[in-house]
Amino acid sequence: MQRRDTGISRSRFLKMMGAAGVAGSTLSVLSCQPNTSATGGGGSGGGPEEKELAFYNWSDYVAKSTIPGFEEETGIKVTQDFFASNEDLLGKLQAGATGYDVIVPSDYMVAIMIKSDVIQKIDKSKIPNTKNVGSNYMGLSYDPNNEYSLPYQWGTTGILYNKKEVGELDGTWDAMWDPQFEGEMAMLADSRETIGAALYKLGYSVNSKDQDQLAEAEAELKKQQPLLRGYFASTEVRPLVLNGDILLGHVYSGDAFLALSENENLDYVIPQPQATRWTDNMCIPNGASHPDNAHKFINYILGADVGAKLSNYTYYNTPNEAALPKIAGALKDLPGYILSPDVFQRLEVIKDLGATTRDYERIFTEVKSA
Amino acid sequence: MGDKGRGWNLGLAGLLTPVTIWLGLFFLVPLLLILAYSFGTSDVYGGITLGFNPSNYLRVFDPLYLQIIVRTFFIAALNTVLCLVLGYPLAYFIVFKGYRRRNILILLVMVPFWTSLLIRAYSWVVILSGNGIANKFLQFIGITDEPLTLIFTPEAVLMGMVYSYLPFMILPLYASLEKFDTRLKEAAKDLGASRWQTFWRVTFPLSMPGVIAGSILVFIPSAGEFVIPQLLGGSRTVMTGTLIQTQFGPARDWAFGSALSVMLAVLLLAAILFYVRRVGTDKLGGM
Repeated sequence: MQRRDTGISRSRFLKMMGAAGVAGSTLSVLSCQPNTSATGGGGSGGGPEEKELAFYNWSDYVAKSTIPGFEEETGIKVTQDFFASNEDLLGKLQAGATGYDVIVPSDYMVAIMIKSDVIQKIDKSKIPNTKNVGSNYMGLSYDPNNEYSLPYQWGTTGILYNKKEVGELDGTWDAMWDPQFEGEMAMLADSRETIGAALYKLGYSVNSKDQDQLAEAEAELKKQQPLLRGYFASTEVRPLVLNGDILLGHVYSGDAFLALSENENLDYVIPQPQATRWTDNMCIPNGASHPDNAHKFINYILGADVGAKLSNYTYYNTPNEAALPKIAGALKDLPGYILSPDVFQRLEVIKDLGATTRDYERIFTEVKSA
Repeated sequence: MGDKGRGWNLGLAGLLTPVTIWLGLFFLVPLLLILAYSFGTSDVYGGITLGFNPSNYLRVFDPLYLQIIVRTFFIAALNTVLCLVLGYPLAYFIVFKGYRRRNILILLVMVPFWTSLLIRAYSWVVILSGNGIANKFLQFIGITDEPLTLIFTPEAVLMGMVYSYLPFMILPLYASLEKFDTRLKEAAKDLGASRWQTFWRVTFPLSMPGVIAGSILVFIPSAGEFVIPQLLGGSRTVMTGTLIQTQFGPARDWAFGSALSVMLAVLLLAAILFYVRRVGTDKLGGM
């Protein structure tokens, strides 16, 4: 589903393209390598671990200072690899890939990974910084007791738009169906988010399994399709709005904040009546070679300073309340970064829908090729 | 020439062993796996139970998916024809008018391969966008006042595909025309044929192996294309490749994705066989 893609400014773009290529090749090598240091999956094995850690993350989703800081503090050497979608990550783990110590799946994928038995329980006594995580970001439906996951970054999905050109929006999803913006709008190329927007517009839940509601959503999306420029990754929508190619775009909040910081004519709205909040989480795969180091790393990320620097770089929201005071003012003051309780309570978390996932994909294919 | 081809000689067997192992491991085994998966049953979380489940193939006949497959073949065929129409004159020019610059000219045809297709496709997004060079130019020469919608359209997808696959057409055409004996043209002229007649009755028939090879090299990958429709089409030109990618990605339905892949392969094979039978064999035999 490519739930999330990371914020990439245009200047960072080419570098990322290179990294993606390198990631692809190193990954294929890595997954073929025998797990040289398997001390017995669960990590309870004998002696101390090697001073190594393999961090498998979305590309460009960690601050420049994060990894060197950890290496300096602990003497543990970190290798980074990158994945492009939650499904890629799941596929790798299901195929028996070992050698990853910390992975960053999104919310619904954590639930799937627990059910597929590819991630291990986390020992929170080894992660004292768990106390820094705000209660709003703990105990979510995909892992109710946080036995397997702790949050890395989170964000919302809403509308980035050119306020100067279109004026203030009324704050509902209807804007994305407004014929006066024909050819000036883009939606996410993500079945759950885009069908979700239609479900929200109709007053239903983003996790609806009701076939009648889904049929209504499909009809709405077929009405919307001719009005759009197309369906894109969030990182692609951002430059389209920034360059004035389109006026309204369905984006993840990190891309919205990056755009807002570059162009003051833009605004970001989290539409009524409901919108999505998503969370990316740190987990430890069953096949991790260095589970102790993984716990140290997760604890390090949840530190106040490290957490603040991380979000100051990614432009996503931090689940780390101790880090919040250290978030850069330029980011913190953007609309939609700090959420009031009444906005927060109308955010919904996307859940895995099991077999209904395929109905969503079929509907999305039908809409796109209509 | 002691053992006349049929006999096995140790040296040849030794040379063939690595490639046999290579193709066996990295081509045949994955292909068989796809075939096995296509009869399996996907579980909800992406796993597959092997067995004999023909329902994946029945689902291919869903009108929605059939329509996408038909569209895919139409786009691939159109792309092939456009590449041939654009590529043939160029190959002809390089071979017959390029003289000593032939090698440089054919090298220029290959230059785009030095950069990744992904980068080149993104470059088109930049060039064709509202504030891109293309629109700036059109406004400068006064063809339009407002920026035109040049990107995220089916036409942009087709343009991107022609751009990407043109070298695959030109290179085999070049190779085929290069072998052409120019004395045949002189002979045709001596016998009273016009230039037009010479081309259609001598040059073109003799270049058929290149036309066939080029068409196949363009048609097959363009039928499986999924990057260009996504990047230049705004995901609204859904092709079979896109559909397969969805099954292996977000839909987590590897069994159906495998069935679609097998169907695409079978249909492609049938189309190629038909094409070669129809256009090809006698011409190939004539070489």
